[in-house]
Amino acid sequence: MEDLWGVAVGVFQVWMFVVVFLIMLPAMFGLSLGVTGVYIQILVHILEWATLRIQRGRQEQPDVPVPLPNGIIERAGGSMEEEVGQLSGGEFALSDAFYFYMKGVESIVDDQVTQRFSSEELASWNLLTRTNQNFRYISLRLTIIWGIGVFVRYCVLFPLRITLAIIGLSWLVIGTVLVGFLPESSAKNWLSELVHLTCYRICARGLSATIHYHNRENKPQKGGICVANHTTPIDVVILANDGCYAMVGQIHGGLMGVIQRSMVRSCPHVWFERSEMKDRHAVTSRLRAHVAAKTKLPILIFPEGTCINNTSVMMFKKGSFEIGGTIYPVTIKYDARFGDAFWNSGKYNMVSYLLRMMTSWAIVVNVWYLPPMTIQDDEDAAQFANRVKSAIAHQGGLLDLAWDGGLKRGKVKESYKEEQQKKYSSIIAGHNGL
Amino acid sequence: MGSNSSSMNNIPNAEQLVQETGFSAAHILRLYERFQFLDKDDTGQLRPEDFGAVRELAMNPIGDRIISAFFSPGQETLDFASFVRVLAHFRPADSNRTRDGAQPEPANSSMRKLKFAFQLYDQDRDGKISRAELLQVLRAMLGMQVTEEQLQSIAERAIQEADFDQDDAISFDEFRKSLEKVNIDHKMSIRFLS
Repeated sequence: MEDLWGVAVGVFQVWMFVVVFLIMLPAMFGLSLGVTGVYIQILVHILEWATLRIQRGRQEQPDVPVPLPNGIIERAGGSMEEEVGQLSGGEFALSDAFYFYMKGVESIVDDQVTQRFSSEELASWNLLTRTNQNFRYISLRLTIIWGIGVFVRYCVLFPLRITLAIIGLSWLVIGTVLVGFLPESSAKNWLSELVHLTCYRICARGLSATIHYHNRENKPQKGGICVANHTTPIDVVILANDGCYAMVGQIHGGLMGVIQRSMVRSCPHVWFERSEMKDRHAVTSRLRAHVAAKTKLPILIFPEGTCINNTSVMMFKKGSFEIGGTIYPVTIKYDARFGDAFWNSGKYNMVSYLLRMMTSWAIVVNVWYLPPMTIQDDEDAAQFANRVKSAIAHQGGLLDLAWDGGLKRGKVKESYKEEQQKKYSSIIAGHNGL
Repeated sequence: MGSNSSSMNNIPNAEQLVQETGFSAAHILRLYERFQFLDKDDTGQLRPEDFGAVRELAMNPIGDRIISAFFSPGQETLDFASFVRVLAHFRPADSNRTRDGAQPEPANSSMRKLKFAFQLYDQDRDGKISRAELLQVLRAMLGMQVTEEQLQSIAERAIQEADFDQDDAISFDEFRKSLEKVNIDHKMSIRFLS
């Protein structure tokens, strides 16, 4: 009994040693031991082998449907202007209805909106059970590798990551509370930045996130607004690893609330009560005040308003673009081979989502800082929002969609239908002597 | 996209559907997944309300008509086989088809496509598009953007151009004649990826 206890303590000591000295401390200082790099390389080799193996297996089983990451139909066909009113020179023709008919049937078979709110379908399996949609038993070796993968992920990586996450979060709360006791001074700001940075780095390690930052000369400056595409709550951790931001959001209860309240002690985040969120003017004026004080940290906003699955960028709500100030666009692109980062809030709650994150292979992420943009004289907030959205989509290779992310939850407004009708009537109305 | 490993065995009459419609087995599987996605309460049948899940359809001016095109008159539910048979009309025409007299006309021939499109206008299935039916479609596509008089004059012009036997309605033959310059296969086909 004594021996067992002794062994357990010994193992625990080794464990903590590994965690603290090999992972936590380097993470705090932004250094890397290179282990993750090697790990990723090995993973890439294994996944490539698995892909080839699956392709070979698929050729032997022709009835299995091939995964189609872009949907099951090809949306050819031109815009309304091209398809309608051509033959009759801009007048109504019986075939005009065909255009609407086709668009309607296309959307029944495969619609672009719903696609964005479920996880991206991969072109080849990445050996995670949860992405196994159309992959069947192909070979023994593949299954063995998958089995080993399960063991490694759940029994080796997962406890490591949980430990790191707990350490990171508690350090955040304790550290910010301690810094909050200091009087306002530049030393306090510096300390608060240090605390935030180190614990976000620890948290990032806890999620096994490997982040590549590009174009760091465009990093958001104080007094600016940082906008980015939204895929998951982890986006915040990813961005905050490289700089300090003032967060914007609703005050939650529970653990999140504790974290939020302690964070705001050390540096000015903008937390709203639930009731305040409904009042758009109150929100805008508070944000404006924050931006006007040019010494405050840049605000971090996700204008889509909801999580999208990282294959596209949906409509940006114009509220963020009415505040004024310089906008610093940022593109965040997750590498889906190593883990699916999208939070499907309808399907998973926060805890099971985090569990899934911690048991993926890794979260590999590319962050591009784009050059700052300001609103031009001849455009309004909505057009400015679209311009920023296109720039972000273009950089990340994401689809630039005009659909509103709010469609995930709400019903379609009548105004969308009216827009279609307006467009059609302007095509054919001109020539009918109207 | 959340179903895993559904196989052809789960789909009723899969083989027969492949023969009948010309969809490949892989396409049938895809369509079945889509059918299951729309069938939220898992009854194996779709009702018109289930199509409300397709957001883009709600924005389509003739969305309601398209939905009712899937349901035979008088029927309130749609099973998977009927769903696929309707969609079969929208397959691109098979280029290398040789037809003998005994084979039934495939669903995606130009003639069948035209007939299907005709039914979009001719809701009461009496074989003619009456003035009232034409006005209904025009009103749906144009909404409140045009006045009643404008609508009437558009409809008047369209009937005059197509109505040869002067019975103030457009029969199927007149419909076909007025669309002879239109590439039906191009306008009424959806390309399925494989």
